[in-house]
Amino acid sequence: MNNLSCSCGQQNPQGTDLCGGCGKPLVASENQQVLNMRYEGAARRSQTYNKTIVDQIWNFFSSVKVGIWIIVILLLASSLGTILPQEMYIPPAVNPAEYYQDQYGFLGQVYYELGFHNLYQSWWYLLLMAALTVSLIIASVDRFFPLYRSLKHQRVHKHINFMKKQRLVSETQLDKTANTEKWLNSLKGKKYNVRTDGTSILAEKGRFARWGPYVNHIGLIIFLIGGMLRFFPGMFVDHHLWVREGDTEVIPGTNGEYYLENHQFIVELYDENDELFQTAIDRAGGVVVKTYQTNVTLYQRNDDGPVGSQRDLQEVDSYQIRVNDPFKFDGFGLYQVDYKLHELNKMMFTVENDETGEMIGEFTVDLFYPEQQYDLPNDYYVKLQDYLPDYYLNNDGIPSTKSRIPDNPAFIFEVNSPNQEKKEVSFLTIGRNFDPTNENVYSIRLSDLETKHVSALIVRKDYTLPILVIGGFIFMIGLVQGSYWTHRRIWIQEENGKVMMAGHTNKNWYAFKREMAEVAKEAELEQPVDRTEDK
Amino acid sequence: MVELSSNLLLAAFFIYIFATIAFSITIYYENSKSVNKTKRWGWISFGLACAGFLAQLGYFVTRWIAAGHAPVSNMFEYTTFLGLTIIFAFLILYLIYKKPVLGIFSMPVGIVIIAYASVFPSEVTPLIPALQTYWLHIHVITTAIGQGILGVGFIAGLIYLIRVVDQSKRSKQTFWLEAVIYSVTCAVAIAITVGVFSLNNYSVTFNWINEWEMEAQLEYELPAIVGPYEGELITADQNRFGPLLETPSWMNGVESPRKLNTFFWSILSGSILYLLLRFILRRRIAAAIQPILKNVSPQLFDEVSYRSIIIGFPVFTLGGLIFAMIWAQIAWTRFWGWDPKEVWALITFLFYAAYLHLRLSRGWHGEKSAWLLVIGFGIIMFNLLFINLVIAGLHSYA
Repeated sequence: MNNLSCSCGQQNPQGTDLCGGCGKPLVASENQQVLNMRYEGAARRSQTYNKTIVDQIWNFFSSVKVGIWIIVILLLASSLGTILPQEMYIPPAVNPAEYYQDQYGFLGQVYYELGFHNLYQSWWYLLLMAALTVSLIIASVDRFFPLYRSLKHQRVHKHINFMKKQRLVSETQLDKTANTEKWLNSLKGKKYNVRTDGTSILAEKGRFARWGPYVNHIGLIIFLIGGMLRFFPGMFVDHHLWVREGDTEVIPGTNGEYYLENHQFIVELYDENDELFQTAIDRAGGVVVKTYQTNVTLYQRNDDGPVGSQRDLQEVDSYQIRVNDPFKFDGFGLYQVDYKLHELNKMMFTVENDETGEMIGEFTVDLFYPEQQYDLPNDYYVKLQDYLPDYYLNNDGIPSTKSRIPDNPAFIFEVNSPNQEKKEVSFLTIGRNFDPTNENVYSIRLSDLETKHVSALIVRKDYTLPILVIGGFIFMIGLVQGSYWTHRRIWIQEENGKVMMAGHTNKNWYAFKREMAEVAKEAELEQPVDRTEDK
Repeated sequence: MVELSSNLLLAAFFIYIFATIAFSITIYYENSKSVNKTKRWGWISFGLACAGFLAQLGYFVTRWIAAGHAPVSNMFEYTTFLGLTIIFAFLILYLIYKKPVLGIFSMPVGIVIIAYASVFPSEVTPLIPALQTYWLHIHVITTAIGQGILGVGFIAGLIYLIRVVDQSKRSKQTFWLEAVIYSVTCAVAIAITVGVFSLNNYSVTFNWINEWEMEAQLEYELPAIVGPYEGELITADQNRFGPLLETPSWMNGVESPRKLNTFFWSILSGSILYLLLRFILRRRIAAAIQPILKNVSPQLFDEVSYRSIIIGFPVFTLGGLIFAMIWAQIAWTRFWGWDPKEVWALITFLFYAAYLHLRLSRGWHGEKSAWLLVIGFGIIMFNLLFINLVIAGLHSYA
């Protein structure tokens, strides 16, 4: 492709708007009232090539217009996901298809059918995120390098047409010789970095603000890539762990290496009579939680013992896990997330002879580890025929259990007495004692029960966090760099007894104009005129 | 201490009103071109605004001392604090541009927001476990400051629009501008309405099933236009007014029937106030304000609005997304969980990002850019007020 040669001798690549040397407007910019100074008028790849498919993809994603569309579509899509709750926020035990229809009617059904109940994990939402990442990369590369080169190689002396067509321009007729020293001092007084070439001056400050957008885009790219790494196995561990008081459980996700003992789970409430919080606590119905806390001890398994031997646990550390204060060890975090108070743990029963009123004996059923048979004094024994920890009647009317958590335990006991051939069957649920034959002599009664608190913890390990932190940090630096500093340039040059001053900034023109006016006043030059303002 | 704190807030409220009046006087002198008086009154107004700001800062500090945590933990506290940050952002931008016009708009917006806070229960609340960390202070305060600065961007955009929109004939622009002003009147009117009824200690109580499916009582401080879903008046209140309607069952925010009722009242009282103003002024409200702005340079206010956004956007991003993610990682085990409030913070971020790109690369200056800022502030208000009405997410604390 032919280069564009400028009258100053500079060879410019195709697509250049303003000569890279003297700034003279080339073909395309000749008729502009005020020069378009974006990217210093340098040639960008996306504006130059459009032949191959690679060029076209590059041009598509390098366009800011496309970038904005991606942002707007992402914004609208995100808002769709908040119309109804996402699947992760509906009750865990329900069937989502039914739940959305029951709760929200037709709208809910459509929402579910369209997959909006899992919108943020949908393929198209992730595709939008990916498109945003690609756009960020290509648009930044396309602009950064030409801009960087232009600003690095910019010359002090500019073509007269470049000066004339800036937005802020002042022209002064000189009646004596030029007082360059005065101009320089007034510029330096405003903290400009000044370069000279003969009598021409280029004053510049805050150039580093121009890199802000690229720095923050790099940060965002790192952040988004970090977020995508989550989909690789091993980068991310997320498990639930329910531990009862007094129990020791293996910590999931640690390959059986770590165990956790729950000594105690504590729920602390605010004092109802607290003077300061009284009104608020009353409004909340008298119950406001102050603390959720699990006191735990962490054990590590000793691998020295022979395989299959009794597990040999070595105490590592103890901690009080609270909300906002997770327990960290070996890259893992244990977070307090949920609890269950007074979960049934053991039930005590008595066996009585209904005819004589004689007490036969007592036995205790561990609801998590029930035994098959309970021996009573005098050769009586009770067999546990069936045990349903969470009893309900299923659709066919048959007693079943919903889970293995003893929320509503039911038992079928068989009482064996040495005096009777017949085995008596009793069916027990909480508050009910059911005798199927109505001929039982011995009855079983619930006499006592034991409950325990259960603490729910989340086990987390996230190797992507450092990448996200770095990405977020770079992003913030770039954002501040680009927002809180401005790049300002003032050119002053003299030709045939006429002094020309021109100014350019990348933002906040009003404040810049004010500064330039002060410089002009001090330098004894005419006040600058804003050429975009209506006369 | 709590009482002292409330008195300081009340004092701040009145000083802000005086400051607004002082700014109006400044504008009067500015428009009649008396330079010295403009300058003097400019400083008086600014001084009053600062005094109000300090009084409210006093409210903030004393309440912090009394409660043992920063007063940003419920809707009342957050909303008053947002008012404070708008005033704060205004003070900064006033120092840069020294335009009293910004004052006669920013001060009332701050006042309205603080007054609107009185709609929410104002007592000191104890902190639930998830809030007991210094991240509460860092995250919420930074976010509010960011939103306050973005809010001043909206105010400057509004000034721009009132200045440039052609009021000689009806158009889409005049309609939407009136719509914005109507929303502000609604906020003013509801604050007045709540004030009147609370002076009379009005209350009406319902038995209802709350958002956690528990039987509870719900007290309204306003007559019930809309009652709770399947709610019943308690026996003592049987002869009280209402309810005419029932809250739909899908509104699951914390105490949403009461909020919906307040919303209905704000529409009702706002409409009355707005129509009254229209009746008195005999033209569009924006048309009535326009002459005051005749000496305002639109270009300048275009820049003020943009500058507010570039100052506020990084602050909002830091508080509303970055600090939010750090805290979410500590308290909720994950930095991002697609909670509605989180999503709307992201939407706010994306919206202002789109604004900046449109402005920088597509040349959306002036009117287009000002309308965008109106929408942007609408998103912020939506996230503050409406998300809590409909959804009982992780962020519903009031």
